[in-house]
Amino acid sequence: MSDSDSSLRPPLITGDKTLGDVTRDICAPMDRTPTSLWYAAFFVSLAALIIGVAAVWYQIATGIGTWGLNKTVGWAFDITNFVFWVGIGHAGTLISAVLFLFRQKWRTAVNRSAEAMTLFAVMCAGIFPLIHMGRPWLAYWMGPYPNTRGSLWVNFKSPLLWDVFAISTYLAISAVFWYVGLIPDMATIRDRSKPGLRKRITSILSLGWDGSARTWHRYETVYMLLAGLATPLVFSVHTIVSMDFATAVIPGWHTTIFPPYFVAGAIFSGLAMVTTLMLIARKTMRLEDYITAKHIERMCLLMLSMGCIVGLAYATEFFMAAYSGNGYEQFVFLNRALGPMSWAYWTMVTCNVIVPQILWFPKVRKSLPAVFVIVILVNVGMWFERFVIIVTSLHRDFLPSSWAHYVPSTIEIATLVGSFGLFFTCFLLFCRIAPVIAIAEIKGAGRLKKSDLSMTTSEAPQTIRAQAAVHEAALTEAP
Amino acid sequence: MSARVLLATFAHEDDLLAATTAVRESGLRIVDAFTPYAVHGLDQAMGLKPSRLTWVCFICGMAGALGMLWFEHWTASVAWPIDVGGKPWNSLPSDVPVAFEAAVLLAGFGSVFALFAVSRLFPGKQSHPIRPRITDDRFVLVIDESDAALDVPTVQLMLTEFNVVETEEQVRSGGRS
Repeated sequence: MSDSDSSLRPPLITGDKTLGDVTRDICAPMDRTPTSLWYAAFFVSLAALIIGVAAVWYQIATGIGTWGLNKTVGWAFDITNFVFWVGIGHAGTLISAVLFLFRQKWRTAVNRSAEAMTLFAVMCAGIFPLIHMGRPWLAYWMGPYPNTRGSLWVNFKSPLLWDVFAISTYLAISAVFWYVGLIPDMATIRDRSKPGLRKRITSILSLGWDGSARTWHRYETVYMLLAGLATPLVFSVHTIVSMDFATAVIPGWHTTIFPPYFVAGAIFSGLAMVTTLMLIARKTMRLEDYITAKHIERMCLLMLSMGCIVGLAYATEFFMAAYSGNGYEQFVFLNRALGPMSWAYWTMVTCNVIVPQILWFPKVRKSLPAVFVIVILVNVGMWFERFVIIVTSLHRDFLPSSWAHYVPSTIEIATLVGSFGLFFTCFLLFCRIAPVIAIAEIKGAGRLKKSDLSMTTSEAPQTIRAQAAVHEAALTEAP
Repeated sequence: MSARVLLATFAHEDDLLAATTAVRESGLRIVDAFTPYAVHGLDQAMGLKPSRLTWVCFICGMAGALGMLWFEHWTASVAWPIDVGGKPWNSLPSDVPVAFEAAVLLAGFGSVFALFAVSRLFPGKQSHPIRPRITDDRFVLVIDESDAALDVPTVQLMLTEFNVVETEEQVRSGGRS
C-alpha cells in the first residue's frame, strides 16, 4: 500500500475523483473543440513561429553578417538564446526524474507537461548553434564519421564537441523518457476511442500495451533506470554548456564556479517556465482539480531555494574577482555592475534575486496572479543572466583599443521571437493531442475514491451469473 | 497450448492486492494480473522476481563508455594524432564527458528496447484487452484453473471477501495474450 494512503497527507488531487473520472477529465480536452483562449494563444504562437522561420531563412540565405556581432563580441544573442533554452529544459528533467527518485508524488500532476517542455525547449536550443554555423547543411561535420579528408576526426578535447554529444543525448533520452511514460496512457486512449484515425494512431503508439502486471513490473524498473540515467545527464549537460565558457581564457568566463552556477540557474529558469506553463494549462484546459494551488506553492518553494543559490553564485563571483588579485577579472565585474551594460546586470539581479524573495510570504505563494508575475520576471531575469555573462565579458576585453559595443539586430530579435513561437506552438499542440497529465501515474499516486461498483450494461449479465454461481457455491458449502 | 483460467475483476487496488495474497497463500497459481496503473506491492504479492533489465542497462552503459573511450583514444592518438596546444594526445580527462554521454545514451536505449523485446511490445501489435476497462478503472486477476485441486465455487466464494465485481472462466490460448 502506498504511503499516499496516509490520512495525514492532503490528497494530491481535489474533487473526490474515481479512477474513471480521472480518465474522463484528462482525456476531455482532447475530445472537445478547443477554447477560444487556446485558439488565440495558438495563432499568436504560430505568427511568432512564422516570423522566426522568415528570419532564419533570411540570415542563412544572406549570411550571419546580418547579426549585430563584431570582432570583439563574437558570441552574443544567439548563444544567449541557446543557453537560455537548454536551461529551460532542465527543470523538466528535474521534475520528471529527480523528483521521481525522491518519491515526490505531487510531481505526477506536472511531469508530463514538464517533460514535453524539456523536449520542445531542447529543440529550440538546438536551432541556435545550427544557425550559428552559417552553413547548417554541413552540420554533419560535427559527427565523428569516416570521411575523405583523411579521415580527419573531430576534436574530442573541445567542450564545443562535448556539447554536440551532450545536447543530442539529452534530446534523445528526454524523448524516450517522455514516450515511455506515454505508452500506458496511449493504451487508455486507444481503449476508449471509437474506431477511426485516433484509435489507429494510438494502437500503433501504445505498442499493444495490455496492462499486464508482469509488463508493469518491468516497466517500473526501466522507468526507474531512465530516471536514474537522466539525473546525472541533466547535470552533465549544463556542466558541459558552462565549460564552453569556463575553459576559455576570457575574464568573467574563466572560473571554476561555472558548472554548479549554470546548473542552478538552469533549474531556476526551468522551474519558472514550468510554472508559467502550468498556470496557463490549468486555466485553458480546466485542470484545476489536478494542478492545484498546492502544486504551485511547492514550485514556488523550489524556485525560492534556487533563486537563493543563484544569488549566492552572483555574490561569489564578485568575491572571487576581488580575491583573485587579477586586474582584468576585477575590471570585468566592475564593468558588469557599473559599465555601459549595467542596466542588463541590474535587471538580472532584480528579477532573479530580489523579486523571488517575496515568495517567502505564504500569501504571495497562494496568490496565482502574483506567482504568474513573478515567474515571468524570473524568465526575463534568467535570459538576461546569460546575456550578461556572454556580452559583458566580451565587449571590454584585455585591450581597450579593441573594446566594442553590441546591439542586437532586428534579425536576431526576430529569431528569438521565432523560438518562442516554436516552443509555444509545439506545447499548445501537445495539449490538444496528448494527455497533459500522466493518467496512469496520477491514478497510482493520487488518493482516489473507491470506484463505485456500478457497471456498464454489457458487464451486468455476466456479473449476475457469477454472483449466482457464488451463491450456489455458498449454499453447497453450508453444512 | 491452451489453458483454462479464472478471471476475477476488482474495482480497487486494495482488493486486488489482498485477493492476490490470499489466492497465492491458498496454493493456487496466478497467471497474471491486469491493472490500469502500476500497483505498488503487486509484484511482491504475485511473487515476481526483481527484473533483470538492470543488468541490460549496466552492460549497455559499460559498452557505451568503454567503446567511446576506446574510439576517442584511437582517433586522437592512433588514426590521426593532432597536436592541440601541446596537450597530450591520449589525455583521459578530456575523454570523460563524451564517454559519459555515450554510456547514458546506450544504457537508456538499451534498457527501453530490452523492455520492448521482453514484454513483446511493438508497433502494430494488436491488443485484445482481457476484460473491458482494464486501462481505465478495472483490475483483473488471472488464476490458473488447470490445477486439479482448484474448485471454482470455493475460489469464487473466497473472492467475495475482497469485493470481487465479477468472475469469469476463459480458455486462453498460447499463454499470455
